[in-house]
Amino acid sequence: MTTNGKNFEPRIVGFLCNWCSYTGADLAGTSRMKSPANVRPIRVMCSGRVDPSFILRAFQLGADGVLVAGCHPGDCHYQEGNYKALRRVLMLKRILRAFGIDERRLRLEWISAAEGEKFAKATTEFTEEVRALGPLKIETGLIPQPLEAGPEMQEVAS
Amino acid sequence: MSKPKLALYWAASCGGCEVTVLDIEEKILEVAGFFDIVFWPCAMDFKYKDVEAMPDGSIDLCLFNGAIRTSENEYMAHLLRRKAKALVAFGSCAMDGCIPGLANLTTREAIFQTAYQESPSTLNPERTRPVPKFAAPEGELDIPEFYESVRTLGQVVPVEYFIPGCPPQPPQIVAVMSAIMQGAQLPPAGSVIGAGEKTCCDECGRPRKEKHLKRFHRPFEIEAKPEECLLDQGIICLGPATRSGCGALCVKANMPCRGCYGAAPNVTDQGAKMVSAISSVIDSQDPAEINSILDQIVDPVGTLYRFSVPNSMLFRKQAGAA
Repeated sequence: MTTNGKNFEPRIVGFLCNWCSYTGADLAGTSRMKSPANVRPIRVMCSGRVDPSFILRAFQLGADGVLVAGCHPGDCHYQEGNYKALRRVLMLKRILRAFGIDERRLRLEWISAAEGEKFAKATTEFTEEVRALGPLKIETGLIPQPLEAGPEMQEVAS
Repeated sequence: MSKPKLALYWAASCGGCEVTVLDIEEKILEVAGFFDIVFWPCAMDFKYKDVEAMPDGSIDLCLFNGAIRTSENEYMAHLLRRKAKALVAFGSCAMDGCIPGLANLTTREAIFQTAYQESPSTLNPERTRPVPKFAAPEGELDIPEFYESVRTLGQVVPVEYFIPGCPPQPPQIVAVMSAIMQGAQLPPAGSVIGAGEKTCCDECGRPRKEKHLKRFHRPFEIEAKPEECLLDQGIICLGPATRSGCGALCVKANMPCRGCYGAAPNVTDQGAKMVSAISSVIDSQDPAEINSILDQIVDPVGTLYRFSVPNSMLFRKQAGAA
């Protein structure tokens, strides 16, 4: 997968809530619907669990887009975690703008456990939107270090 | 036995960190008696070549304040790193980037445009700009290069300890220096010293309520009640995301915490933590209403990252990013 030129494949981190959106993604899979492999899903217990620093860290480490997906308003397993996610995303978009990053690179979607189709459609749309925006070339204060595989990856390798 | 050697240096800073060292009052005499001060440009006449002539690792403790903005700052960071056994990022500029670090929200060109063209007191019809090398009739002159971005000391060289604050508070400096002079066991390298292990809220005596906010105010817009949590009153106070250690000085003067002690323990990005805190207290579930409430927070990055833009995850206003 290249990150430049015509063959640019966006890297998207998707934070999916356990109760709705992850199950929705699962439904999309078991229903044999196509959804782009660009989205790397991370299952979290609630969209309200997604700390703003998770999102910024994803951008810092090379994500071209970040998707946060949770239960529809009123459906949160924890009453109002998704509203918290909504407010965080709206505020973070302002922060991203001030740091010179297009706010469309951060997207919030409500996807229920029954909406496999919506998951496939939202991830396809978002991937194409980020593809059109192009690679996010970010300059960070990090001192470049070779990526090391975490313990679980080393286990796989051995 | 010869005395331990102490060096103090300033890079991109305002000089407040130098003053705060003197603000430890008569304790400075003890420090001067215990240490052999080998370098302190602000107060004593040493030259860079004196430092260059010292053997590597010969300075025991170096308190380095100021961020890294020019090639001179960077050169001195590397030089003092080589010469010092323990290099301390002293104050918010060296630790987080602080006020000079806000320059990362703009560009070098825009800064030069303001400083050398547009500021009302400037008359510069030849559009003279500083250049690193200049051929004068007497020979080639060179001045330090002004970098595009401001970096923290820790982003340029490895640092043993971090002392936060804008400036670090005298009682904290006394505590650190006394511990060193009494030969106390120092914490592991990479530690923040001279500060607390909780948040600024922990040192603030104001009672806190369950917060439900629909209106934010800038500090000058309202007269804050001195006995109520400032965030409860709709004033953005960085207490929840800021490390303790200052004694909640600003809050005691009825002004909100601006966050100079840096991110609270176990927090990597002070502004992101504050986004989280503010998002939790906005009393609305409607996107349009939330946006209109957020509109009341003027300059969110300048407010939430006032002291920490270079040390934040996003580091600077991204030029190449769409």
